[in-house]
Amino acid sequence: MENGVLIRLQGVSKAFDGETVLENVSLDIHDKEFITLLGPSGCGKTTTLRIIGGFETPDTGDVFFDGVRINDVPPYKRLVNTVFQKYALFPHLNVYENVAFGLRLKKLPEAEIKAKVQEMLAMVNLKGFERRHVTTLSGGQQQRVAIARALVNRPRVLLLDEPLGALDLKLRKDMQNELKKIQRQTGITFIYVTHDQEEALSMSDTVVVMADGKIQQIGTPVDIYNEPVNAFVADFIGESNILDGTMLADCKVRFSNHIFDCVDSGFGKGELVDVVIRPEDVDVVPLERGMLSGTVSSVTFKGDYYEIIVDVDGFKWMLETSDFVGVDQRIGLSIDPDAIHVMKRSEYSDTFGDYSTFSEEMDHLSDVTEEDAT
Amino acid sequence: MKNRTSPRGRSVFQKAAAAPHVVWAVMFIIAPMLFVLYFAFTDTDGNFTLSNIAAIGQYGNTILLSIAFALIATVVCLLIGYPLAYFMSRTSPRTQKVLLVLLMLPMWCNLLIRTYALMALLDNGGLLNSLLESIGLPRLSIVGTNFGVILGMIYDFLPYMVLPIFTVMTKLDKRYVEAAHDLGCNGVRTMTRVVFPLTVSGVVSGVTMVFVPSISTFYISQKLGAGKIDLVGDTIERLFQNTSTYNIGATMSLGMMILIILSVCIMNRFSDGEGRGMII
Repeated sequence: MENGVLIRLQGVSKAFDGETVLENVSLDIHDKEFITLLGPSGCGKTTTLRIIGGFETPDTGDVFFDGVRINDVPPYKRLVNTVFQKYALFPHLNVYENVAFGLRLKKLPEAEIKAKVQEMLAMVNLKGFERRHVTTLSGGQQQRVAIARALVNRPRVLLLDEPLGALDLKLRKDMQNELKKIQRQTGITFIYVTHDQEEALSMSDTVVVMADGKIQQIGTPVDIYNEPVNAFVADFIGESNILDGTMLADCKVRFSNHIFDCVDSGFGKGELVDVVIRPEDVDVVPLERGMLSGTVSSVTFKGDYYEIIVDVDGFKWMLETSDFVGVDQRIGLSIDPDAIHVMKRSEYSDTFGDYSTFSEEMDHLSDVTEEDAT
Repeated sequence: MKNRTSPRGRSVFQKAAAAPHVVWAVMFIIAPMLFVLYFAFTDTDGNFTLSNIAAIGQYGNTILLSIAFALIATVVCLLIGYPLAYFMSRTSPRTQKVLLVLLMLPMWCNLLIRTYALMALLDNGGLLNSLLESIGLPRLSIVGTNFGVILGMIYDFLPYMVLPIFTVMTKLDKRYVEAAHDLGCNGVRTMTRVVFPLTVSGVVSGVTMVFVPSISTFYISQKLGAGKIDLVGDTIERLFQNTSTYNIGATMSLGMMILIILSVCIMNRFSDGEGRGMII
């Protein structure tokens, strides 16, 4: 295996009915890695997964598994198993037979099948459910059966297509931990598809952010959060204030009519840039000590902090603060140099404005289930 | 069929809506059955007797032949119909519509006329044999043979096999097929381990809908058997046409009903208690 790369996508493109879904996607997936494909509806993440699983063939480009080109290898010959979005458990079989399905095809002796199925059901906490019919199980239980059914075959790679999408919040959190634990225990490479950025950040070794059929950024969760490459990533991952700025010199940037010290360099002098500042990185200070000043337009109590919207010369900032401020109060904002992240302008510049409306954000998160019919 | 509304929740209107059917059912379904029952257990003078049942014994061979013919026709219909339904369900919705119309087209024509037409085609002097003769091949005598009768059953009842299977097949979620591939099934195994078990309710409907009319037909055997082949249906018809054997005919009909009910019950065992596409 070349540098631990298990799966390599090289220049993969795919179109359905003339509509491009994936455009020149290249990606290396390492052995034993937990990698997440993250993006909004229709970004191509599910199609990428289906190409790895063998359910779609790329129009152009190649897929390599352990150095061997597998474009035309059918799914049943790949060392890959899938946890489908709505589980796709076989309704004519009980829990035991669903999990044993893959093993039976391999014609293993009955005793071995039994031992493996029992072990797997114990791992997903479903001991005693063997004879239950899958249609009588709750969503969380069906989910576990789907994981057991895939993992019992000991695949090199497990593909998970929004596996927690249908579960409620509490159950999701539990299952996130459980999946992460199972991945560590088994050492199987997990390729996980989700639109939920929080899920992606908390579970993955590597996050691949996708939009419009293209990979926007590949990195560790920390890199993706702290060093987004463009306005799309900055907006999609976490909350961010994205401002138009001008680079005056290395480590000097102007935005909101103020010159700030920052830690970014390597931009052209006078280059127009996008500036990202996370809500938690702005300090609320008394008016006279602020680098910027603004009027509080709304305050939302979030438990351990307040989320406030501040109008600075018409641009609405989102800030997080633990000190209470009142609506219509004038406050000062102070920003440390390392809280300022400067990015090159991209096709996504100016598409994500301030926090005067949430409509854009909502568009991304809505109709998630509908997408993955593709 | 499961009853979805609870009996208590039924309004007067709902009861009234069922009234026409209830009247119809009593007059044309229940009453005739009671008549059959009455005649089956009485002699020509109207006295109670069990001798009719003993008289059926002489038609044992006819009954066995009918069962055999119906079974063969059903199996062949299944062997042709299942792959056809699978193929149809895989085509685009537009093609599906065209294929469905082609399949249903013969059914727009009356069964008797269709059977008669088939006879005309296959007859010794019919179209098929004229064609064979003109290209120098020997004639095929189909009409008047067992093969001819079974062919007629298959021809007449094949759509009843295809339609219910096709309906269930189109509802089959293709994710199950993908899951089977994912877990290591090739095409054949996906078929035997996932697609067939999940469409078995359609097969049960289809088998019932072909077997029942096949076992009770009399017209097909009369026309395509050229009067040489006697099935249960023909026997019953003949028995009813003569007043002296009227009561034996009724007993035969009763036996037939019991046979059909039994076969439906047996078939329903295979459909796993799910309501989809069931007859009873």
